[in-house]
Amino acid sequence: MRPVYIVGAGMCKFGRSEISFSELMCLSSMVALEDANLGDVPVDGVVVANMGAARVNRQTAIASALVDQLCLYPATAEAVENGPASGASAFKVAVQAIASGMSDVMLVTGVEMMRAVNGLEGTDFVASLAHPEAEYIYGVTLPSLAGMFARLVMDRFGVERKHLAMVAIKNHDHAMMNPYAHIQQPITMEGILTAPEAVVNNPPIADPLHLFDCCPVSDGSASVILASQEAAERLGGVRVRVAGIGQATDTHAVHEREDPTDLKAVRIASQKAFTMAGLSQSDVDVVELHDAFTILEIAESEAAGFFERGKGHLALEQGETRLGGRLPINVSGGLKGRGHPVGATGVAQLVELTWQLRGDAGDRQVEDASVGFACNFGGFGNNVVASVLRREA
Amino acid sequence: MAHIGELEALLRPPAMDMQPYPPKVITLASGEEMVVRQIARDEVPKLLEAIYPLLLVERDYYDIVSARLFGELLAFKRYRVKDEYVLVGLIDGVLAGMVNGRLVDEKVGMSYHTMTIRRGLRVGSHLFAAKMEYHIEHLGQDEVLIVAESPIGFRRWMIEYPLDKRYEVQHELGGVPSWVLTRDTYMAAKPRLVSGRRPVSDELLAGAASIVLPGEEIVVRQVTGKKGGEQ
Repeated sequence: MRPVYIVGAGMCKFGRSEISFSELMCLSSMVALEDANLGDVPVDGVVVANMGAARVNRQTAIASALVDQLCLYPATAEAVENGPASGASAFKVAVQAIASGMSDVMLVTGVEMMRAVNGLEGTDFVASLAHPEAEYIYGVTLPSLAGMFARLVMDRFGVERKHLAMVAIKNHDHAMMNPYAHIQQPITMEGILTAPEAVVNNPPIADPLHLFDCCPVSDGSASVILASQEAAERLGGVRVRVAGIGQATDTHAVHEREDPTDLKAVRIASQKAFTMAGLSQSDVDVVELHDAFTILEIAESEAAGFFERGKGHLALEQGETRLGGRLPINVSGGLKGRGHPVGATGVAQLVELTWQLRGDAGDRQVEDASVGFACNFGGFGNNVVASVLRREA
Repeated sequence: MAHIGELEALLRPPAMDMQPYPPKVITLASGEEMVVRQIARDEVPKLLEAIYPLLLVERDYYDIVSARLFGELLAFKRYRVKDEYVLVGLIDGVLAGMVNGRLVDEKVGMSYHTMTIRRGLRVGSHLFAAKMEYHIEHLGQDEVLIVAESPIGFRRWMIEYPLDKRYEVQHELGGVPSWVLTRDTYMAAKPRLVSGRRPVSDELLAGAASIVLPGEEIVVRQVTGKKGGEQ
């Protein structure tokens, strides 16, 4: 396999978009292309990650549309729909294209415009990723799956609501340093958990998860430019190598798993990524996890091998996962703070790692970061893509 | 002057005695403390100044709510609406939101508008709850007539409480028929939706004695959600 590098990254501010779906898709792509400064180096192919444009925005064939809007013909064009893991899946497809020698330069854009519909419709659209006969038909939504998962994890490992609140507070704090984050509002333990008013401020969504345990519904796009070694050398600059990618799947219906608290796909995908990279968890300086719900950050931090099972909440409690801690997690704000435009999230995680490894992350820069890890969690853990990025001199 | 006074008396609606709203303080999700208090007529110009830049903000129906609220506040200031009141939420003295309504008669209230300036902290939800608390608990009314002009309002009032339909009554704001919050509905919702502590400390009350405006740019930016970053 040929080595693959990230040579450009860009995103737009997540939140509620005032521009069209097409414009949103173009925006981050153009920023990433400008960042890569490709000059006369052509883009061979475009991969667009998205989950709901056909349903929510009434738009299909979006990769072809992006090629057209950016005048990138005759570049190849594919769209990837893989639920919430669409972003990292699209990234993987582009990496494969370069690694195989079929392409030299690829644009990967993740985009979602979920706020085009109301909250109920948006929740239903995301719930359509659940098992149609075993889950969706009974009204199961992602918050409800996460609520049941959280209850099991709390009962089994001693995680308390205060730990969930700590994740939310940390990631809101981190998002305050990220100008691209959807949520830029600090929150406190008193305000969301201990004050008498917390019951109103932070109402239950799916017990034991409350409002501030859930990511916001966001519009947004994020893009990276990938290049072969030869192309990357021509472009110069700090090179971020795609050191490893791993993917794994699990049962569609969560209740069919032997142990529903075991995020097996996260565990296997992460291990594959580390094996491919020839690195281990102890080499990692900065981590982006898929905290669509606060409980997932804790559980993924264990399943990805950064902490022993049942110990993730203790590391959180010790401040190890904060910016400045031993292993900063979601310094971008994560899905909780940066927001979660589903198809864009996996790419946004890689944009953040790229900025971190290049030293371009501003106030939230992790000092001397040279290895980054991202986990893009699809379905309810039934399709997971993990990536390891490494800065090269 | 006497002649003008007589004419003015004819133009002003007769007023009922209204017990004032006792101020309270609410700890928000951010940990900040919001004082909720009633305003006097001479404070209306400050609120108009805050609302003015929102008159053309279409997002979440701020334009129609601003335009109507602007008129209602003017009518309150100049005695052209019967038994109106206005409550504000102030964080460190800075305006975070406002609500208003009026008494139809001794037993029935009418909710007018809820406007949030500082978004993302359920300020609107807290202030609407304070308005319902005023009608039911402090003014001793049996029910409050309510409509929503935005999907957010519909979700917050009609669904969250939940309100009952009172379609045979036309709300003064026009448009759709009225919904109603009864005393029973209020009491059932109170543990979930109504919060705040009394008495408010002298220090906090002093800090909330005059209304500080966040500034036009900040108001529009907060309302439209455009906080930081590029788009």
